[in-house]
Amino acid sequence: MSATTDVREQKLLIEQTPQHPLRRVFAFSRGLRVRLLLAGILGALALLSSVALMATSAYLISMAALQPPILTLQVAFVGVRAFGIGRGVFRYAERLVGHDAALRTLAGTRLAVYEALARISPSRSAIWRRGDLLNRLVNDVDQLMNLYLRVWLPYLIGLLVSLGSVALVWYFVPTAAIALAVSLAFGGIIVPLLTLLNTRRTTQETAPDLAAMSSETVALVDHAAEMTALGQADTILARIGALDSKLTAQRRRAAKWNGIAIALGALAQGAAVVAAIVAGAAAVTAGELEPHLLAVVVLVPLAAYEAVQVLPNAALAIPEARRSAERILEIVDAPNPTPDPIHPSALPAHLQPGPFRVSDFDVSWRPGRSVISDVSFEVAPGQPLALLGRSGAGKSSILAGLTRLAPASGSVSYAGADLTRLDADDLRSVIGAVPQDSYLFDTTIAENVRLANREADEERVRAALAAVGLNDWLESLPDGENTTVGRLGAQVSGGQKQRIALARILVGDQPVVVVDEPTEYLDASSAEQVLDALFEHCRDRCLVVITHQERDAARCSHRMVLS
Amino acid sequence: MWHTYLLNYRSSMARPFDPRLSRFTSATRQYLIAAVATSSVSAVFIVAQAWLLAYIVNAVFLEDSDFSAVWPQVAWLCGVVIARSILAFGSETLAFRAAAKAKSQLRMAALQHAVALGPSALAQYETGELSQLVTRGIDALDTYFARYLPQLFLACIIPVVVAGAALTQDPLTTLILVLTVPLIPVFMILVGWYTRREVDRQWQSLARLSGYFLDIIAGLPTLKVFRRAKAQAATLAEVSKEYRKDTLRVLRVSFLSAMVLELLASLSVAIVAVSIGVRLVEGNMIFQTALFLLILAPEAYLPLRLVGMHYHAATDAIKAMGVLLDLLDTPLPEYQDVSPDYRSAGYRLADVSLAPGQQTVVEGVSLTIPSGRVSALVGPSGCGKSTIIRSLLGFLSPAAGEVELEWPTGRCAVTEIAPGALLDHVGWLPQNPTIVAGTVRENLHLGNADPAMTNAEALERVSLLPPGGDAEGLLNRMVGDGGVGLSLGEQRRLALARVLLRDPQIVLLDEPGASLDPASEAAVAQAIDWLREQGRTVVVVAHRPQLLEHADTVIDVSRFSMATFDETTVLPGLPS
Repeated sequence: MSATTDVREQKLLIEQTPQHPLRRVFAFSRGLRVRLLLAGILGALALLSSVALMATSAYLISMAALQPPILTLQVAFVGVRAFGIGRGVFRYAERLVGHDAALRTLAGTRLAVYEALARISPSRSAIWRRGDLLNRLVNDVDQLMNLYLRVWLPYLIGLLVSLGSVALVWYFVPTAAIALAVSLAFGGIIVPLLTLLNTRRTTQETAPDLAAMSSETVALVDHAAEMTALGQADTILARIGALDSKLTAQRRRAAKWNGIAIALGALAQGAAVVAAIVAGAAAVTAGELEPHLLAVVVLVPLAAYEAVQVLPNAALAIPEARRSAERILEIVDAPNPTPDPIHPSALPAHLQPGPFRVSDFDVSWRPGRSVISDVSFEVAPGQPLALLGRSGAGKSSILAGLTRLAPASGSVSYAGADLTRLDADDLRSVIGAVPQDSYLFDTTIAENVRLANREADEERVRAALAAVGLNDWLESLPDGENTTVGRLGAQVSGGQKQRIALARILVGDQPVVVVDEPTEYLDASSAEQVLDALFEHCRDRCLVVITHQERDAARCSHRMVLS
Repeated sequence: MWHTYLLNYRSSMARPFDPRLSRFTSATRQYLIAAVATSSVSAVFIVAQAWLLAYIVNAVFLEDSDFSAVWPQVAWLCGVVIARSILAFGSETLAFRAAAKAKSQLRMAALQHAVALGPSALAQYETGELSQLVTRGIDALDTYFARYLPQLFLACIIPVVVAGAALTQDPLTTLILVLTVPLIPVFMILVGWYTRREVDRQWQSLARLSGYFLDIIAGLPTLKVFRRAKAQAATLAEVSKEYRKDTLRVLRVSFLSAMVLELLASLSVAIVAVSIGVRLVEGNMIFQTALFLLILAPEAYLPLRLVGMHYHAATDAIKAMGVLLDLLDTPLPEYQDVSPDYRSAGYRLADVSLAPGQQTVVEGVSLTIPSGRVSALVGPSGCGKSTIIRSLLGFLSPAAGEVELEWPTGRCAVTEIAPGALLDHVGWLPQNPTIVAGTVRENLHLGNADPAMTNAEALERVSLLPPGGDAEGLLNRMVGDGGVGLSLGEQRRLALARVLLRDPQIVLLDEPGASLDPASEAAVAQAIDWLREQGRTVVVVAHRPQLLEHADTVIDVSRFSMATFDETTVLPGLPS
C-alpha cells in the first residue's frame, strides 16, 4: 500500500463529483435528505445525551465533593435523570425516522428501476434469462437501504456528536479540545479508511480464486446429480480444497492489518483521554480551569468516542453499496433500444380485417448484429402461416421484433395501416403474441389469463381455460381457476404453463396473433387440442405460428423456412 | 434486505452461540479459549484505567497536588492505553485468523458431507443456495468472529469484573449493577417475545409484498406484450406504500426492545451518579471513589449495548452457519456392500410411490425394465416421467415400495448401493445437461478418466462430427458457460456423447428429443439403436413418435400419475 494509493483512495471516498453514483441514487427519492438529516439529528441527540449524562454526572459529584447545601445541586440531579432517559427516547425516534426515510427511498428506487427496466426489457436479455442476475438486481435495490441506514446515518451522527463534544471541551480547555478533535478524526476517518483499504486489497487478491471456487462449487452442489453421475464429485472436491487452502492463507495474512487498524483506533481513543487529563491538570495548575470542572473535561472524551466506534464497520458497507448503485444506474441510464416514433400516428378506430404484411424485416438485439434480416411474408385472415427453421435460426427474435420488444426495422402493416408508426401499446393492441417463455405471475390462474385483456369477464376466461384443455386440472385444484400459481410457477408443470399462456391470447381481441412454439412441452393429444383452440380463435385473424415441429406446421395454410 | 432485516427480529430469539460450531470446527474451540483470556485481561485494564483517572483527577482537584506529583500515574495511564491497544491488535488478529480457519473448516466439512449425502439430500435446497452459502455466504463469519463473539464474551466478563471492582469500594453501587445489568437481557427477551408475536402476524403479508417486486420484474416482457407495463408502475407505487406502512407498524413495536436496552443502561448510570452524588454531599463517600465508580458504571453496560448492535450483523452469519450445521448434522445413509451384475441387470419397481418435495407425483408404480432392451416412458407432461428416472438413479428414495435393480443371481434396492458405485455403471442424460465453460474436449472428458472409445467415435455416434470430419478442430472449439456458442440441440448431443464415452451398462435418457431439430433427433435415435446393438439396458423418456419407434417396450406412466389427464394417451401406431 503506497502513499499515493492512499491519497487516491482517500479522494475516492471523500471527493464526490456530481456524477458520483452514491450521490446520484439520492435523486430517486424526494425529501430523503431532509428525513435523513432529521434522523441524524435525533441520533446525535441520543448520543449527546449520554455525553451530557457523563458531563453532568462528573459536574454533580465534583460539586457534591465540596459539600454545598444539597438544594444547589437540584438542577444537576434533574439533568442527570433527564439525560439518562433522553438517550433511549431519542434513539427510538431516530430509528423510526431513519427507517421511514429508507423505506420511502426503497419505494422510489424500485419505481425508478422498474420504469427503466420496462423501457429496456427484454433487450438485456441476460437479465431475464438468468435468474441470478435478476435476483441480484432486486438485491441491489434493497442494498441501497444499507447505504442510508448503515453508512450515511452513522457518519452524520458521528460528525454531529464529535462537533458537539469538541465544542463542549473547547469551552473549558481548548488544547484538550484540539486533541479530542484530532483523535475523533483519526478514529472516524483514518481507521475506517485503513480497514476499507485492507478489505479492498484482500478482496482483489482473493477475487480470482474465489470466483474459481464459486464456479467449482456451483458445479458440485447445484449440478450434484449430474456430477455424481459423471463420477466427478471427488475430483471437484479436491480442486475446491486446494483453492480453499490458498484463500485461507491469504485471509490469515490480511488479519494482521485489521489488527493494526483497530489498535490504532484504541490508541487514538486512549491518547484523547490522556491529553484531556494532562491539558486539564495543566490548566488547573495555571488557574485557567476551575478545579471542580476537571472531571468533566476528562469524562467527555470517554463518552464521545462511542460515536466513532461504529464507523469502521460503516465504511466497509461502502464498496458494496457503490457497486449496487453502479449496477442500478447502468440500468437506469440505458437508452431505450426500441423508442416509439416521435410523432406516433393514431390507431385507426375501426380496422377492417385485412392482410398482415411484413417486408424487409430485420431484427438486431445489438446494433449492427442482425439476427434476422430481409424477412418478408404476408398472412391473410384465416390463412395461418408457419415459420419454420432450425433451433437458433432466430425464429423467436421475429416475435420480439414484431411486438417491439427488440429493435427492428422494415415495414409492418395490417389492413393497410402502417404499424411501425404506432406507439408501442397501440401496436400491441393489433398484434397479440405468446412468447416462448411466457411468465406466470404469482397470482391466481384466472388473473394470469385476464392479464391479456382486463375487460374479459369470468365467463370468457373460463372458456379460454377450457379450450386449452385445463378443465380437468382446474377441477382437481382446491379453488379452481382462482388457485394461486406458486412463485415462479413452481407448482405448475411446463405443459400447464404453456396452456395458460395460450389461454391469454384467446381472451384477447388482437386481429394479428403470433405464437412461438405453441406445443412445446405438450404431448401429441394435448398439442392437437391446443392447436384446435388456437386455430378456431384465429378463424378470422392473421395467425403466425413460429415452430420447429412438423405437426404445428402441417395445420397451417402456408409455410416459410428461415435459414 | 428487508426480508432479512425483519427476519432478524423474528429470529432474535435464536441462540447467541451454536455449540455445534465448536463441535465441527477445531478453530472455534481454540478461539473460544483465547477470547475468554483476552476479554478478562481487557476487563482488568478497564478497571485500572478508571482507577488511574480517578486518582489523578482527585489529586489535582482536591489535594491541590502540583502537576508533577501525578506524573507517575500519568505514565501508568499511558502504559495502560498502550497495553489496551496491543491487546486490541492481538484479539482482532486472532479473531480474523480464527475466522479464516473456521470458515475453511466449515466449508470443506459441509461440502464433503454434501457429497457423501448424495444428490437426493441436496435436492431440498434451492438452486444456488448452498453453493452461495459455502463460498461467499460464510464470509459473514468474519463479523461473527471478530465483532460479535468477542463482544459476547466481554458482555459476560466485564460486568462481573466491574461489579467486583465496585464491591471493593461501595457495595450499594455493586447492588445497583447486579440488579440492573441482568434486567437488560431479561427485558429484551420479554419484549422480544411480545414483538415476535406481532411480527409473525404481519410476516406473511410482508413477505408477499417483498416478493411482488421480483415477480413483476421477472415478468416484465410478458407485461409489455400485454400492454400492462405502464399500469403496473402505479400498482407498484401503491404496493410499496402499503409495504412501508406495514413495515413501520412492525418496526414501531420491534424497536421497543432496543429502546428498553438503551433506557435501562443510561438510566442505571444516572441512578449510580445520583446515589453517589447524594452520599458525597452527606460526606459518606470520598470523591476519588465516587469518580472511580462513575467512570466504571457505563463500562458495565457498554458491552451489552454493543452485543445488541453486533448481533444484527451477526444474524447473517448465524443463519448461514445454521443451514450448514444442519447439513452437517444430517446422518449419512448406510449402503450395502453389493456388486450387482450390471451387464445383465434391469429394474423392478413394485408398488412405488414417489413424492419429491411434499407432493406425491406417482403412486402404485409397478413395472419392470428388462435388461438389454430399450424401454420408453411416455405420458403427458407433468405426469412424473423424470421423477421415475430420478428414482432409478437412486437420487430419490421412494415414499413407498421398492425400486430395485434385478439381475439373474440377485436383486437389491437402488438406494442401498453407494451412489458412486452405482453411477459407475448407470449413465444419465438429464433434461438440462451441464455444459461447462471450456473446450468441447473438456466437456467430453468431464467424468471420463478412462474413456471406452475415442473422442471422435463418440462425437460421430451423436452426429456432431461427420465420419472422417475434423475431430481436432471440433474438440478444441471453445464453449461458454451454460453452453453459449452451441445450439440447444448440439449441447444435448455433446452431453449424450459424454454419457456414451463412459460406457455405462444401463443408460437413462431424459427427453433427449426436447428442443431438438429433426437432424439432432435422428442422431439420438441412431445412438439408441447402437446402444441396443451393444446389449445395453436403455430407458428413454420421450414425447415424440420418432423416438418411440426405436423402443422395444413402451410404458405409459400416466396411469400411475396423481395428476388428472383427459384420457390415457398411448400414442397411435406404436408397439405396446
